[in-house]
Amino acid sequence: MDEQQNLWSFMLQQSDKLLEQTLAHIGLTFISLLLSILIGVPAGIWISRKKQFSGAVLGLAGILQTIPSIALLGFMIPLLGIGAKPAIVALMLYAFLPIIRNTYTGIIGVNAAVTDAAKGMGMSSVQVLFKVELPLAMPVILAGIRTATVINVGVATLAAYIAAGGLGEFIFGGIALNNTNMILAGAIPAALLAIFFDFLLAKVQHLNIKKTRSALIIFPVILIVLSSFYLLPSAISSKMLAGFTPEFMGRSDGYLGLKNKYGLKIRTVVISDAVMYKAAYEKQLDVISGYSTDGRLKAYDLIVLQDDKTIFPPYYAAPIARQEVLQKYPELEPTLNLLSGRINDSIMTELNYRVDYLKQSPEKVAKDFLTGQKLYKNPRNGNKGVIRMGSKIFGEQYILLQMYAILLKGYTDLAVETKTGLGGTKICFDALTNNQIDLYPEYTGTGLLVILQPDSKTVEKMMGDKDRVYTFVQQQFIKRYGIKWLKPIGFNNAYALMMRRKQAQELKIQTISQLKMFIDNN
Amino acid sequence: MIQLEHVSKAYNNTKAVDGISFSVKEGETVVLLGTSGCGKTTTLRMINRLTEPTAGKIVINGQNIEEQPAEQLRRGIGYVLQHHGLFPHYTIAENIAIVPNLLKWNKDKIEKRTHELLEELQLPVSFAHLYPAQLSGGQQQRVGLARALAANPPVLLMDEPLGALDPVTRAGIRREFTQLDELKKKTILMVTHDVQEAFELGDRICLMDKGKIVQIGTATELLFKPATGFVSSFLKEQRFQLELESILIEDIWTLLPKANDGIDEIVFSSGRNLWEVLEAISSHVTTGAQRFVSIEKDEKKQIDATSLMAGYTQYKNSITHG
Repeated sequence: MDEQQNLWSFMLQQSDKLLEQTLAHIGLTFISLLLSILIGVPAGIWISRKKQFSGAVLGLAGILQTIPSIALLGFMIPLLGIGAKPAIVALMLYAFLPIIRNTYTGIIGVNAAVTDAAKGMGMSSVQVLFKVELPLAMPVILAGIRTATVINVGVATLAAYIAAGGLGEFIFGGIALNNTNMILAGAIPAALLAIFFDFLLAKVQHLNIKKTRSALIIFPVILIVLSSFYLLPSAISSKMLAGFTPEFMGRSDGYLGLKNKYGLKIRTVVISDAVMYKAAYEKQLDVISGYSTDGRLKAYDLIVLQDDKTIFPPYYAAPIARQEVLQKYPELEPTLNLLSGRINDSIMTELNYRVDYLKQSPEKVAKDFLTGQKLYKNPRNGNKGVIRMGSKIFGEQYILLQMYAILLKGYTDLAVETKTGLGGTKICFDALTNNQIDLYPEYTGTGLLVILQPDSKTVEKMMGDKDRVYTFVQQQFIKRYGIKWLKPIGFNNAYALMMRRKQAQELKIQTISQLKMFIDNN
Repeated sequence: MIQLEHVSKAYNNTKAVDGISFSVKEGETVVLLGTSGCGKTTTLRMINRLTEPTAGKIVINGQNIEEQPAEQLRRGIGYVLQHHGLFPHYTIAENIAIVPNLLKWNKDKIEKRTHELLEELQLPVSFAHLYPAQLSGGQQQRVGLARALAANPPVLLMDEPLGALDPVTRAGIRREFTQLDELKKKTILMVTHDVQEAFELGDRICLMDKGKIVQIGTATELLFKPATGFVSSFLKEQRFQLELESILIEDIWTLLPKANDGIDEIVFSSGRNLWEVLEAISSHVTTGAQRFVSIEKDEKKQIDATSLMAGYTQYKNSITHG
């Protein structure tokens, strides 16, 4: 009950954003659907005439559908950049298969005696198509459109990853922030939209054949109206465009802090971390929210703006492990601590660069580094027990995990099992507390703000002091979860605002305050 | 009038229709008869260009069909299909009005014609607003005919028009069709595999086998002067009935005995065929009637099973050998 009320109040509080996202979601779904119908129905008609091409066309549409949605969105970025365009094209491609296939089977399925009669009475092939074949195939075609709509409502949530908006912003923001209400505020309307449109199209589909003729005219009109939602002008406009991750958008030490403490008013889009840096490099975005040790900083020649009012808390990385495991295997802790103090910001950026940009394997990068540090030892037999290590999905965590794996194998008799790619903080942390993994690398700031979530006063007091934050999370984690923070590795992978080096130099922007000044004056 | 000259249709290397020539005179009904796969339907479909011939020439009312657009040609030819081919999403009235609409008739004229046809084919006017699925098979087939007749085409092509119906409905509708005034004036080419139907509806019958015409002629010619063994064997099953049906009382008039005067006579017209008369006699016998006669030009002949069968045997002998 309490949870529901919270959800309701969250939705009320965020109602502007929710409405905007819902409209964007509907718009994305229906623009892509409209385009897909405009191309897919004629394609279906064409292959029903030239059957020798039907296999190839349907096969191609089938292949498009098997591409994972996130990958398809990824393919679109080099071609179409970020934002609505690639999202619409990707969604359109997804909708192709049900629309083309159902148009084809619908027309093929029309009783041959009826089309024969139509031709035999002197109808032209265009008349046969519009007066006989399409009306009779319509229930099947509509079933295809219905399937495509439901698919699109679902896949459109992923559009949030490439700055196209939609309800995915709440969903992915919520996952990143460990905020169930936020996830539900996105997921529930998305599910309702799918159910609602499915129901509506089912109604249209089962109208009797006579009425369908008028529905044929109404349907495209509704479709165009729904599509136009997306084209509603955005309220804020500034020359600079910022791309922030869903996580950054919802955090007090992220976009909310920028608004409150700096008074920054910049046009923002939500975008996935995976494409954000490249988008900045390609001048699709001017300001992005990145991590200070990210290898792409180096790859794309970006610079970090100085956080002169210290809104970004320290994010010192350290392994966190379940107390039981540390007690069971006393050799574990000293081994993990071997890495402590060895990696500073610039080393980490370099290591990340090698993995993220030069595409070297995290394993190789880890081994090279440890060899350089004279920490590398050949693996021992690993017959004592198994340590299960997890990581979030990004290169830095993979590298750290590989380093720990090499150290554990070389310095102890423990065997190692790695579970990489556990998504965001919430998934990793839940896996740890539920005894699915034994340890994973975490950051002090995340532990403080995402997991512990103390009141804003406590946060305020500690914000600028990295040691206080570390001590606080260490004490609280032991007390609440029986999880121990080991020694910090050394680097601070904090949030940072970034710009292209060249643009920042031209505009003489070095700090966030200077960015705010520039935006206000232009 | 329909004329075919050396018309062939080949699919890959097999000839479905192999160099056939025949004509259907104005107002005549010719039936294409044969087993499935003999090329009869292909022949019919070449006439309204649903299938294009690979060789030969087809002329309708003096004009080569190749010389006009296919759509225009088809609008001038009524077309009835085996599985009626009514549009399931059109009402009965809309179905009937398809060709008139294509020809851009005005609304009143279309409505008048639709009602006229419904009446003629003994369909209630209330059917106009129903959909084909709400009608029985026989009713659907009648609507199919009405649709073909709607724009008064001089030529009618019928592809197994009763093929999808059960035997009882089939016989009933066949009788209705023969009595339809509108059909009597048309030039009709009909396809069937049903011998009985061919003999009942056709002025002439064109028997086909393996893409070729085996024999074309009247019912009597096919029965009594078969061109090949194929013709006789094709008709073997129903030969007796077909022969009796093809001979009228007037044909064997001189061979029948004179009748005495008497009371309680049942009189048959001399234009009726022997099969019908025998059927009638056998049903009357059970009601106790005894005397059957036929009267023509003050001459009265005695009719009974024995006299009819005797007449039939003599008549058959005279034409087969004479």
